Amino acid sequence: MTKSTYREAIRAALHEALANNPRTILLGEDVGRYGGAFACSRGLLEEFGPERIRDTPLSESAFVGAGIGAALNGLRPIVEVMTVNFSLLALDQIVNNAATLRHMSGGQVSVPLVIRMATGAGRRLAAQHSHSWEVWYAHVPGLRVLAPATITDARYMLGAALRELDPVVIFEHAMLYPSEGELDKLPEDFNIDRAAVRRPGRDISLITYGGSLPKALAAAAELASAGIEAEVIDLRSLRPLDMPTVLASVARTHRAVIVDEGWRTCSLAAEISAGIMEGAFYDLDAPVARICSAEVPIPYAGHLEDAALPQPARIVAAVQEVLAHHE
Amino acid sequence: MKAPTRNRPVSLADRQTALDRLEAMLLIRRFEEKCAELYSGGKIWGFLHLYIGEEAVAVGAMPAIRPEDAIVSTYREHGHALARGVPAGAIMAEMFGKANGCSRGRGGSMHLFDVSRRFYGGNAIVGGGLPLAVGLALADKLQQRPVVTVCLFGDGAVAEGEFHESLNLAALWQLPVLFLCENNLYAMGTALDRHQSQAKLHLKADGYGMEATAVDGMDVAAVEEEMGRAMDYVRTGKPLLLVAQTYRFRAHSMYDAELYRSKEEVEAWKKRDPILLWQARLRKLDWLRDEDLQALEARVAIQVQEAVEFAAAGAWEPVEQLLRDVTTPVQL
Repeated sequence: MTKSTYREAIRAALHEALANNPRTILLGEDVGRYGGAFACSRGLLEEFGPERIRDTPLSESAFVGAGIGAALNGLRPIVEVMTVNFSLLALDQIVNNAATLRHMSGGQVSVPLVIRMATGAGRRLAAQHSHSWEVWYAHVPGLRVLAPATITDARYMLGAALRELDPVVIFEHAMLYPSEGELDKLPEDFNIDRAAVRRPGRDISLITYGGSLPKALAAAAELASAGIEAEVIDLRSLRPLDMPTVLASVARTHRAVIVDEGWRTCSLAAEISAGIMEGAFYDLDAPVARICSAEVPIPYAGHLEDAALPQPARIVAAVQEVLAHHE
Repeated sequence: MKAPTRNRPVSLADRQTALDRLEAMLLIRRFEEKCAELYSGGKIWGFLHLYIGEEAVAVGAMPAIRPEDAIVSTYREHGHALARGVPAGAIMAEMFGKANGCSRGRGGSMHLFDVSRRFYGGNAIVGGGLPLAVGLALADKLQQRPVVTVCLFGDGAVAEGEFHESLNLAALWQLPVLFLCENNLYAMGTALDRHQSQAKLHLKADGYGMEATAVDGMDVAAVEEEMGRAMDYVRTGKPLLLVAQTYRFRAHSMYDAELYRSKEEVEAWKKRDPILLWQARLRKLDWLRDEDLQALEARVAIQVQEAVEFAAAGAWEPVEQLLRDVTTPVQL
């Protein structure tokens, strides 16, 4: 095992993808000379050249659409949309073309396209730069949606996504880029279909993804010091959802708290909660709880932003409340 | 744009070619008239955007588009598909919603696909096809394929951001895309001079350092001539905007009250019906007599009838197959 940051893991994954397949190109805003807004593509322009590492104008709809067209026509493009906040400018291309072309054509085409984007809040960037819209994409048939939360997933999910025949949207939480950890070798059973148990526990299931995973693990550590063993599930894939892994955990623990940085209303947390109700109703000893972002545009002031987002202390409090339900 | 001019339009090179163009336009016209009838009869549903009046653009454009070139089209694409050679039966079956339709009944009138003919579909989000065309051309260029992508769209699309983004990108990256704008003067019901501050649409290209040209879209020979020059230019590896001035004779979709234009205006344009104009020209050359026209009409009527029979005989996709083609099956 070696140490790596999340950012370095993404860069290594991009490098590997470009080195492995001459038909893979990277396009997006500032992916070339600038090295990527989050420095994930630094050095790639020099190594792979401007034909394959293509800086684009600030034309999200055109360059995402161009990625789709290129994917239809023999390339394996990786499109970097700098952040989810700007992805709405390309939303039409993603949901109306990438997700539909196969179906509308009666199966004549596939769109093997990977779209990467940073997501999430926590950097004092105020309302327009702090969105978590994973659920918007997870809503759409025809898309696969991934959320690497660990160094190892940051390193290997891209390669797996590029082996898919259909469009994949990868959300990289902006707060994770500088995080450092152990980088495993590619696990033999690595896949992008299954959720992962990041910490086993018998008392309650904490179900989360992306940038909320470190918060859930911090909460679990604190709970452990109070004698409460929380099981932490990292969803990894947001569409399709690996409900069997979630339900198996709830069947063991009988209690669940979902941690989701999206707003609560119509959230992924709501979807998972409904799935637990449908699939594990009789296993539950308490109502499912959800820790989500407050229903407010994310504020600039640090204390307000912190209060708006899921935090370990809120997760701990929610767990204690759910556990108290039956005592 | 500098390219050699030919002495005589290709469509007038010889009598047979001239009659072929007439037959191709007649096929679109009669096919769509049948569609309208079948719509009223409940066989075709949803939106049905007829191309009637605009046939000279598709028919004039198509000869310069090689089989290996790609085409991206709009929701008013029956004429484009027919002119490209997509079988009329497969198109009609698609409109019936049958499994033997060219998109297995999943797309309908607005989403005709035939990838075997590099016909990458009708796109029903105005402007949505332009970025796709840029990407198709990028992939061809990077894979050193000497082909062109032709992107059809209407004047309404010129108001979309994707028009401007795509022209800029195609020019910036020097991609072989022919942007072919069918200017029928209305974005649905909004007249060109009510939606464009600069109604001379070909001038837009100048802002992107792109060559542009305009042509009378009611004159099939003029379209073919201009299209030939335009495609020669694009084959050198540069994009171009070609604006064809045309007019739709029917409603935007099957029915609208047409409050946005006068009957007099429509009638005036019908005097420039591309099929009648072409017939008159051929009669003047003594290339078309009544019996020739009757023979062509009879041939076209058979094609249309066979298309309807093909569609009627087609099977419905079993509902058990509802979820197919959402994702690509893994091939083991």
